[in-house]
Amino acid sequence: MIGAIAALLDGLGHVAVGARSPIPGSAAHLARARSGGALRVSILGSRRHSSFTEGARELFDCAGQGRIDAFFLSGGQIDGQANINLVGVGDVADYPRAQARFPGSFGSAYLYFVVPRVILFHLEHSPRTLVPKVDFVSAPGTSPPEVYRPGGPHALVTSLCVFHFDRARARFRLASTHPGVARDAVRAATGFDYDEPAAVPVTPVPDAGQLALLRTDIARTIADTYPAFAAKTWGIGPAPR
Amino acid sequence: MAATTSTPDFVAVETLAARIPNGARIALPADYSGCAMTMVRALMRRGVRDLHVVSVPQGGFQVDMLIGAGCVARVEAAAVTLGEYGLAPRFTAAIRSGEIDMWDSTCPALLAGLQAAEKGVPFMALRGILGSDLLRVRPDWKVIDNPLAESGVKDPIVILPAIRPDVALFHALKADAKGNVWVGVQRELMMMAHASKTALVTVEKIEDGDFLRDPELAAGTIPSLYISAIAQARNGAWPIGLDNAYPADAKALADYAAAAATAEGFARWRDAMARDAVHA
Repeated sequence: MIGAIAALLDGLGHVAVGARSPIPGSAAHLARARSGGALRVSILGSRRHSSFTEGARELFDCAGQGRIDAFFLSGGQIDGQANINLVGVGDVADYPRAQARFPGSFGSAYLYFVVPRVILFHLEHSPRTLVPKVDFVSAPGTSPPEVYRPGGPHALVTSLCVFHFDRARARFRLASTHPGVARDAVRAATGFDYDEPAAVPVTPVPDAGQLALLRTDIARTIADTYPAFAAKTWGIGPAPR
Repeated sequence: MAATTSTPDFVAVETLAARIPNGARIALPADYSGCAMTMVRALMRRGVRDLHVVSVPQGGFQVDMLIGAGCVARVEAAAVTLGEYGLAPRFTAAIRSGEIDMWDSTCPALLAGLQAAEKGVPFMALRGILGSDLLRVRPDWKVIDNPLAESGVKDPIVILPAIRPDVALFHALKADAKGNVWVGVQRELMMMAHASKTALVTVEKIEDGDFLRDPELAAGTIPSLYISAIAQARNGAWPIGLDNAYPADAKALADYAAAAATAEGFARWRDAMARDAVHA
């Protein structure tokens, strides 16, 4: 997943990473290494890996001005029109009660509109998470033409595959499956309909050099913001201050 | 709780807690920026009721603990989560049971509402949000046609009411003897203080002198005019960390997350906390 996400960031200038996003954070740092340091990465909640000095609002102001090229969002539910739900499962008429309550929308309802390349990600690829229609729209995948919207969904990366999103058709298209994953397995695990080319490529994996980088420098960088993730994934703590 | 123009009062933690009335709309920072945890425990001990918590812009341990202790009537937040420690269990249970009211938001909308209050204007406009169900559950958010758009061009835009909390509550590294509080780059704290009717602050230490006369400190300092009272609380952010001072206590946070998974577990955690004078 980290390699697949990093590949989607090649050639960009400034990528920001938000809350609860250790895998995109790792991918952004891998992409930065691949760019020879040209890619600027801002990690929210990290003093050392953030370019912001004006608090949380600076990220959003920056994005509103078009200064951020890519961002990552997930959702308890994601549907085939790239609508995302970070609020809860259940009938919206019952709000605020919910059968299952998710944390909340974070910055999604705004960033999905103003960041040109939003990459959706989900660790659990199942009919429970990738649904025909979300129960609550935290942020819509597409908008009518009169709505100011320079940004939107670009791709969806899961534990099984990479989908690209066609904004004009409001549909996902299978772009690649991860090594060892059959296209039928993707179809069976996906609750929404999507397009599929005749031949589906395999997601390229990071080479040995990139893997080594992930397990050392990037692991320490990520441990600064997500200590539990870094300890579990790579058995590593933050770099000394 | 009128705005103050003189030097803030320097008081004890319990006295500070007594200044937050039942039903207050109270702004609390996110877990990464200056949480007054000693005060949260003091409020739980006091049994404050019906708080309307404004999480700036998202809530975590503070909100979950206050909900568990029955102190909260409503949460206004872009999200409530314990982050790496999982879902906020008391928040999640309270939503499921209908025990608390929820005003879901999105981070920049909450920040924009506070910015409107900083300026003393009734609303702020923000891009995005159109087509989100947040507009359905937040009837106080309105959609207008951009009145400044070129003629004939339709440009719908969301406006958000000013958010003016009764009190901002947070913890910082230090205050000076005049009651100015240094928060460094934790600018949300400054914004909270500006937007709220008043601010109550705990600090690790109180130093002589005047931070506003020190060019190294002045830009990161909240002037005393926004602050009505300050209490010293060593390790006042524990078990959450404090920038430039100490890291989070991962074990204590994990223990809380595990205990709070059930109402009974939360009650045991709360009793143990009340007995533990070190962390009072």
